[in-house]
Amino acid sequence: MSESNILSPGPQTNDGSKKMLIAMVGIGVVCALLIVFSYEGTFGRIEKLKAEALEQAVFKVLPGITKTGIFELTPDGKFIPSDGKDRTKTLVYAGYDDQNSLKGIAIEASGQGYADILKVLYGYDPATQTIVGFYVLESKETPGLGDKIEKDENFLANFNGLSVALSEDFTTVINKVVPVKFGTKINPWEVEGITGATISSRAIGNIIGESTETIIPMIYQQQESFKSVPKPATK
Amino acid sequence: MSPEIKNIGLKETPTSTDEFIKGLWKENPVFVQVIGMCPTLAVSNSAKNALAMGLATAFVLVMSNVLISSLRNFIPKQVRIASYILIIATFVTMVDYSIQAISVDLHKNLGAFISLIVVNCIILSRAEAFASKNTVWKSGIDGLGMGLGFVFALFCLGSVREVLGNGSLFGIPVFPESFQEWIVMILPAGGFFTLASWLLLFNYFKLKKAKS
Repeated sequence: MSESNILSPGPQTNDGSKKMLIAMVGIGVVCALLIVFSYEGTFGRIEKLKAEALEQAVFKVLPGITKTGIFELTPDGKFIPSDGKDRTKTLVYAGYDDQNSLKGIAIEASGQGYADILKVLYGYDPATQTIVGFYVLESKETPGLGDKIEKDENFLANFNGLSVALSEDFTTVINKVVPVKFGTKINPWEVEGITGATISSRAIGNIIGESTETIIPMIYQQQESFKSVPKPATK
Repeated sequence: MSPEIKNIGLKETPTSTDEFIKGLWKENPVFVQVIGMCPTLAVSNSAKNALAMGLATAFVLVMSNVLISSLRNFIPKQVRIASYILIIATFVTMVDYSIQAISVDLHKNLGAFISLIVVNCIILSRAEAFASKNTVWKSGIDGLGMGLGFVFALFCLGSVREVLGNGSLFGIPVFPESFQEWIVMILPAGGFFTLASWLLLFNYFKLKKAKS
């Protein structure tokens, strides 16, 4: 080895730092541009796909509907027709059959899962006061294990007639939806878990429990506002 | 890429084909180098996930190799790792958006593992060991070879695990109804079993070849 150190401080240091700075800033700018371009390029399509997936999901959780209408929750607790563009508001999706009669309402809910926030959609039928369908919109649960909440038939059967009956004055859910262990479901308001996806399935039970507790009494009391198909109804 | 006949016998200058085959077989990142184990074990529970993950990684590998190689004389070596990570992260972000734009379902399946490609050591090791010292063309070929080698390895694991653990391949059942699935194969432990079996097989052939 020679005595001269490549990194030795000296007249080159300033030059070296400048080079480093230029390289890092240059690469940073190019990378930022690439990311912005690909974001801009895909944004429209991603939003479109997500909206399509949501619409398909509404049809999945409310069996027998042919059209849907979007409603938003105003700060004073009223449901009014909405164009659904402002995703920061609480939106619900009413489903109607061919005769334009209300078949049910799809509600979005979210909460902490095993890996990340879980986003789900469930269908509520005010006539029978039950949950009639369930679909996972967004999940990062472990493939093969936690993602059973989307596929396990036994688990999905929980959401066919899950009771959310209201008290006599229609202000509270009598029995809050609760998760129970696999094989111990007795009551119609219990969500039976999955072996191998304990945390994820319990999370779903809790998410639905929390969501129904607050929103179901509001929806039930305002059923009239959903009765007619809103103007910008989507087919 | 036809093999260049004139280069036969000159082992010091490997041809493009050699660079390509190297990643695919002789220096396969998973079966020979045994690197990049996190995605290998985590997303190889079904053939489809394995293939999608492998292709996403291969794309990032080729693109980052090409860009890093073309900038190799511009990046001072004190900040090279920081620059490589920046470049790799950019391509991973682009892949993430593209997969979302292709299919919401696929993105849902691969979930958190896409963003983890950034720290996949296959990519950084190729950048450091190869792309920073070789021409753009060679680096691209090297990236493609290594990338496809990774796809091949993931597919080997994914197909075996899906067939045994779920009784299907690409979601299509391959066994009669009465088949009892080996659930353990799609659990993390199954990943280790399958990888060990493949490594055993590869090393057996390697030893046999060395002896003869």
